[in-house]
Amino acid sequence: MKYLQLEKVEMVFDTRRSRFHALRDINLSVEQGEFVSIIGHSGCGKSTLLNLVAGLIMPSSGAMLCAGREIVGPGPERSMVFQNHSLLPWLTVYENVRLGVDKVFGSTKNKQQRDEWTRENLALVHMEHALNKRPPEISGGMKQRVGIARALAMEPKLLLMDEPFGALDALTRASLQDAVMEIHGRLKNTVLMVTHDVDEAVLLSDRIIMMTNGPAATIGEIVEVKLPRPRKRVELADDPAYNQHRAAVLKFLYQRQRRPEEAA
Amino acid sequence: MTVIAMKKIVETPPHDEPAKTAVIVPPAPMPVPPRISWLADSGRWLVRVLLPPVLGVVLFVLLWALVSKGSDGLPGPYETWISAVELFSDPFYVNGPNDQGIGWNILNSLQRVGMGFGMAALIGIPLGFMIGRFAFFNGMTAPIISLLRPVSPLAWLPIGLLVFKEAQPAAVWVIFISSIWPIIINTAVGVTKVPQDYLNVARVLNLSEWKIFTKILFPAVLPYTLTGVRLGLGVAWLVIVAAEMLTGGVGIGFWVWDEWNNLNVAHIIIAIFVVGIVGLLLEQILLLLARRFNYE
Repeated sequence: MKYLQLEKVEMVFDTRRSRFHALRDINLSVEQGEFVSIIGHSGCGKSTLLNLVAGLIMPSSGAMLCAGREIVGPGPERSMVFQNHSLLPWLTVYENVRLGVDKVFGSTKNKQQRDEWTRENLALVHMEHALNKRPPEISGGMKQRVGIARALAMEPKLLLMDEPFGALDALTRASLQDAVMEIHGRLKNTVLMVTHDVDEAVLLSDRIIMMTNGPAATIGEIVEVKLPRPRKRVELADDPAYNQHRAAVLKFLYQRQRRPEEAA
Repeated sequence: MTVIAMKKIVETPPHDEPAKTAVIVPPAPMPVPPRISWLADSGRWLVRVLLPPVLGVVLFVLLWALVSKGSDGLPGPYETWISAVELFSDPFYVNGPNDQGIGWNILNSLQRVGMGFGMAALIGIPLGFMIGRFAFFNGMTAPIISLLRPVSPLAWLPIGLLVFKEAQPAAVWVIFISSIWPIIINTAVGVTKVPQDYLNVARVLNLSEWKIFTKILFPAVLPYTLTGVRLGLGVAWLVIVAAEMLTGGVGIGFWVWDEWNNLNVAHIIIAIFVVGIVGLLLEQILLLLARRFNYE
């Protein structure tokens, strides 16, 4: 059974002055445990697509199913790692994660279990040393780690990540990508990630969804990344299959879907 | 010359040891330069930070002394100081309802401001939250607020006197009505400025309205509310002098009026300083509070 299924999804933003056709005819299905990336130029609606799956916005038409149930709004079973981490600055690292844990496991786990579960998830992203720090006191990479821990701690059926490493420096990004790969390998959760980084997409994904340019963007092509896991970035650098995938994505992005301003 | 030089070179090996220690010696005087630079630093600090305000105050007092020399009736700094020392040596005497110590006057004024301003905060903060959160409510209240906000606080005094039939609650009412606007408006603006990301977090977590309020809305809006509270308190303290001049009773404003009738100008000047200093203290306390709750 397909785990996530989108059929003929259309998204039109109606504002007082104009109509903006953001997405058209999106058909996508994701298997359980699959790691899928969405890549495309900025403004192609990839974040819109992710927000649709999250339930933060509703499609103009079309159907969206997650685990056999229609998506009608946001919920903790589709937790999101936000682009700018979105941690609450007045709560400590621990409290930020605990907030979600209390909500999801308030009825099934007792206080001590919830406390342990919060700590466990922070340990998963190697942040157990900063439990009582507030977000302004930790680095950008650490904040994003906490954001991932918060999302994971809700045991989502589907983990959504909106350019989770976009604002980080290259070295921090690499170490967080490794952490996400390791966690995905261990927990086998289903992940949908928006990115604009070709290497990141190839390294992490089982499939890469490539979007055409907006307005009225849609899925242009899908690349299957058939590389064995666990993947090591250094070894992959010389791997012909890896480079082939990479070339395929690059060709799509920079030859067939050149930005309009570049083509002009 | 060359011979001497040669000799010296030859002679160096025996002096090798002391020479080495001589090389090591310089680190010993090293701690001295920081000391000098510390002195220089504090000297620079004195000039840059302390000198301007001190110079300003000195010039102000000199100007005051000069003006008071030229006029008859305006007491100079020295007279005022003597008078202040006498006044503050017994701040809590009570000689009947119209003659009480400066301490009682200040405390009475503070109590009035506390009551009026406290009620303004109690009503203004929830009102601001509602106006910020519900567009419909905002539409309802916007015309009334924009109409009433620019009205001079003292224009409300007759209404207060009419409704409460007494001077005391009327003064509190004036404080209330003049300090509530910045509290409402700042809180409402703060609610609309809560980042959408935080609200998205709340939606993804499926938080209850109560949790959204306590964990997200309230902490996010608090800095704005505190700014409103600070502005409101500033207005309240501005208005109290004028309100008390009109309503009478014990209080710093009434005291100013009373001393004017006694033609004790030194006391009026003291009152001006007291009002200024108390206002400054209130503002500083609220700034400190605001810093505590600023998370950025």
